[in-house]
Amino acid sequence: MADLALTLNVNGKSHTVRVHPLARLLDILREELKLTGTKEGCGEGECGACSILMNGQVVNSCLIPAAQAQGAEIITVEGLAEGEKLSPLQAAFLTHNAAQCGFCTPGMLIAAQDLLNRCPNPDENQVRDGLSGNLCRCTGYVKILDAVKVAAQEGSSR
Amino acid sequence: MRSYLPDFDLQVPDSLGEALALLTQELGQYRPFAGGTDLMVLLNAGLLPAARFLDLSRCQELRGIQETSTHLSFGALTTFTEVRDCKAVHQHFPNLVKSARLTGALAIQNRGTLGGNIANASPAADTPPSLLAYGTEVELISLRGTRRVAYEAFHQGYKKMDLAPDELLQRIIIPKPLGRTFHFYRKVGTRQAQAISKICLAACARIENGTVAEFRIGLGSVAPVPARARNAEAVILGKPLEALPIEEAQLALLADISPIDDIRSSAHYRRVVSQKVLGQMLRELSQSSF
Ligand SMILES: Cc1cc2nc3c(=O)[nH]c(=O)nc-3n(C[C@H](O)[C@H](O)[C@H](O)COP(=O)(O)OP(=O)(O)OC[C@H]3O[C@@H](n4cnc5c(N)ncnc54)[C@H](O)[C@@H]3O)c2cc1C
Ligand code: FES
Ligand code: FES
Repeated sequence: MADLALTLNVNGKSHTVRVHPLARLLDILREELKLTGTKEGCGEGECGACSILMNGQVVNSCLIPAAQAQGAEIITVEGLAEGEKLSPLQAAFLTHNAAQCGFCTPGMLIAAQDLLNRCPNPDENQVRDGLSGNLCRCTGYVKILDAVKVAAQEGSSR
Repeated sequence: MRSYLPDFDLQVPDSLGEALALLTQELGQYRPFAGGTDLMVLLNAGLLPAARFLDLSRCQELRGIQETSTHLSFGALTTFTEVRDCKAVHQHFPNLVKSARLTGALAIQNRGTLGGNIANASPAADTPPSLLAYGTEVELISLRGTRRVAYEAFHQGYKKMDLAPDELLQRIIIPKPLGRTFHFYRKVGTRQAQAISKICLAACARIENGTVAEFRIGLGSVAPVPARARNAEAVILGKPLEALPIEEAQLALLADISPIDDIRSSAHYRRVVSQKVLGQMLRELSQSSF
């Protein structure tokens, strides 16, 4: 079956790759574009480690087939910092020790950034709702919630 | 193990007409693909036989929520997020908003569709109980034309639907409840997000002169298909709010359900908890002020 010429804009840069139309966006990002910040935890939409922003919405890249990403604008965790300068959200994660092993962190940052973009001053429930698709096996979540709330207070929407 | 992709194909027709033509020309060869939140999981887990999919995402006719004076009509591709964000849905169908909010988590709600939730035909899906409680109709389309089916007749048995191989689910049409109405939705799962229901109950009642004039209960995860609780409804219909025969309705409910033991729960738990959630709903109904 014929491959697809997939054109994507990832973190502001345009790429064209030839892939199977059902190839997972996760694999395209990691293996074709070598953007390995995005992680695979479960491969079934449960854990959020593969979260990215697609056309401004948080999605699980393990569930997106290449054909549905045609022409899409994608932001991965690599797109949050500006050069060496961490985004306010990333800086807050660092100061509040919101990462231990760090495997969930790229997905957490993306889901949190999506939340702050939609809702710059979230209350506790909104933060929990925004992060409810992201599992963390290390931190117990408290420090992650703290970091997101502090970043919100400091004004972290982009 | 993950599926071997060369065994699979995904076509992306540019319009609904093109999609229907493909379905018709190669009858039974294509499987519709909407948000992919059910299909990609199966594909990633290697649980699908070699298959050809038809991506519906460019079929504009399957998108959008339209409002008339009497109904809301949802394109089959309406996502849970669009349901959550639509003011008219909040106003007329609060149960549907709750179902959408409790489906998976945000990333799933951004991709998963109402049409996919229905056509995946899981008895544990979370919008069907709400759709049953609101007297929904579904509109099916093929090159032969369109037809409407009462949603409660659409599921004919476990994973069996009144949907021909050349048909697509086009729209989901719900009448706006009239008069004074009571709405209730409760999903019982292991946790709030990302949990598949152990049981789910939605209800909508119309109250007239202090009595229950119209009443529908939809249930999930307690039968091979999403099911109406007709026996329990019949006990309550026509009764005054201050004297609802709650225990009688709880007994009658047992004739409406046929739960099973599975990995998420047991038949016993499901029977007991359905009765309790029914009781909770009826107590709220009896205390509602109209
Ligand atoms: C992590 C996770 C959590 C989830 N949590 C929940 C939950 O809490 N509650 C719940 O109910 N579901 C849940 N789901 C299941 C899934 O998200 C929903 O069933 C969703 O509505 C499926 O819609 P879709 O568009 O993604 O369907 P797809 O995967 O694209 O398709 C599903 C099925 O419907 C058919 N289909 C789709 N559209 C049409 C159409 N227009 N006409 C004919 N056939 C069609 C397809 O052929 C396929 O058989 C979850 C899934 C994941 C991965
Ligand atoms: S890897 Fe995609 S949600 Fe877990
Ligand atoms: S820091 Fe290890 S999973 Fe979250």
